Amino acid sequence: MTEFLQQLLNGLSLGAIYALIALGYTMVYGVLRFINFAHSDVFMIGAFAGYYLGQRVPAGTLAGGLAVMAGAMVICAVLGMAIERLAYRPLRGAPTLNVLITAIGVSLFLQYTGQLIFGATPRTFPQLFPAARLSIGPLSVSSNQLLVIAVALVLMIALQLIVFRTRIGTAMRAVSLNPNAARLVGVNNDVVISFTFGLGSALAAAGGILYAMNYPSIDPLMGVMPGLKAFVAAILGGIGNIPGAALGGLLLGTVETFVGGSAFSTYKDAIAFAILILILLLRPAGLLGRFVAEKV
Amino acid sequence: MLTVSDLHVSYGAINALSGVSFTIPQGAIVTLIGGNGAGKTTTLRTISGLLRPRRGSVTFRGEDITALPAHAIVARGLCHVPEGRMVFANLSVDENLAMGAYLLRDRERIARNREFVFGIFPRLKERLRQTAGTLSGGEQQMLAIGRALMGDPAFLMLDEPSLGIAPRLIATIFEKIVEINRTQGLTILLVEQNANLALEVSAGAYVLETGRVVMQGPSAQLRDDPQLRATYLGGGPVG
Ligand SMILES: Nc1ncnc2c1ncn2[C@@H]1O[C@H](COP(=O)(O)OP(=O)(O)OP(=O)(O)O)[C@@H](O)[C@H]1O
Ligand SMILES: [Mg+2]
Repeated sequence: MTEFLQQLLNGLSLGAIYALIALGYTMVYGVLRFINFAHSDVFMIGAFAGYYLGQRVPAGTLAGGLAVMAGAMVICAVLGMAIERLAYRPLRGAPTLNVLITAIGVSLFLQYTGQLIFGATPRTFPQLFPAARLSIGPLSVSSNQLLVIAVALVLMIALQLIVFRTRIGTAMRAVSLNPNAARLVGVNNDVVISFTFGLGSALAAAGGILYAMNYPSIDPLMGVMPGLKAFVAAILGGIGNIPGAALGGLLLGTVETFVGGSAFSTYKDAIAFAILILILLLRPAGLLGRFVAEKV
Repeated sequence: MLTVSDLHVSYGAINALSGVSFTIPQGAIVTLIGGNGAGKTTTLRTISGLLRPRRGSVTFRGEDITALPAHAIVARGLCHVPEGRMVFANLSVDENLAMGAYLLRDRERIARNREFVFGIFPRLKERLRQTAGTLSGGEQQMLAIGRALMGDPAFLMLDEPSLGIAPRLIATIFEKIVEINRTQGLTILLVEQNANLALEVSAGAYVLETGRVVMQGPSAQLRDDPQLRATYLGGGPVG
């Protein structure tokens, strides 16, 4: 039982990170109907931003850690909006395949520019937040783990409020439901799309730092695996569906952790892709998704 | 108030409009009639900035709006209720109305517009929390018109508001359209396949055929035109 709870906690904290990344995939899909493959590299840049900013604040303090996280989120929000403006906006109206290929190009560009600037050797991520091991009953929990869950929870609630309670959030949903109708009520779709990229990229930056805190070595290719898994999580929850991405991330992280702790631990990374194949076969719209017939 | 001159619009190699011109005076209801594929929807989409013309221009209140993006055209008070209604299906009726007032910042004015819309379509007030996609076709049409009115337009373009709606409800919706025109002085461009109805409520009419204006004049006069009756009004005898 104790071991089960321990693993559950590990799974949820990994899943919370997948969820943060998955939200970016799903939101961008919502407004532009394509998968932004460069998203996983924005996650990587978020971790590096945390690494460099972390050297400028006192290590191991809550205020310093939060300031670094906020700084990295701003940097990645700007990066995400710049990527959209430079790489994707010129392709508005082009076939989806063209945009997808461009996204892969942007992804490779970020990875290899990262290697050029940061070097290919992994670096040890600093301890940004105060570290402690807490015992809750028989469970031994690291403060980092709790922090991951707490930060992810706060960010997801904030996102929920933005998307469902604010004017720009309602506009985001309107654009994703019917871009032309949104334009006809006066929405500047470009502004909404830009905002969506900023929001998703900020969440990815937070995810990057939280990930680096628990798996404390970072390198320019570190986004590839978590990015793929978060993509699977977004599909699992129903692409385009925001609560679905959160649920998909948590589920995937938990399943992966339990598989990793079992006799089949070698298949830990394969499990995400097994789930992807199953979902595509059994429920292509995802857990919470619904396929709406596309209007022509 | 609105002048369209020599509009040429094509979809790839297909010419949808080949030189459409008309003028709509302030405060009038003017109708654009024509059969399937005549180019009515294309005309409205070009005026509202969803499509770019190959040639020609659109002038609204003396300003050339041909090259403006759609959201900037709405901001000038020209609002388009599209064919097929296009309500935001997953948003509530309330949120759809809020989106209609997207460009307004003054809360009091938004509240006043809401009351005005509820006065015209009381049904919407009863359905505020309902998801728009689950409304009946007629209710969705009311919502689409209500959403447009939320933005305080000076000029309203309606694309086939009678499409797929029961005859009794069509009568109601047309009464409302006339009422809005009378009480608010709102100028209306009405696109209809139901020419009888359109000519009844409008002051002037343009008849579109394969991307050209083939006939125009006061609605009362066109109603009695034998050629028009034969093509669009079921061919019955005058009277
Ligand atoms: N997206 C499009 N791509 C290619 N051709 C189009 C497109 N939309 C319209 N057309 C063509 O342009 C012409 C005019 O179409 P339009 O929709 O303006 O007609 P309409 O008068 O509104 O007809 P209806 O009464 O059936 O709505 C038609 O020949 C149509 O086939
Ligand atoms: Mg039409």
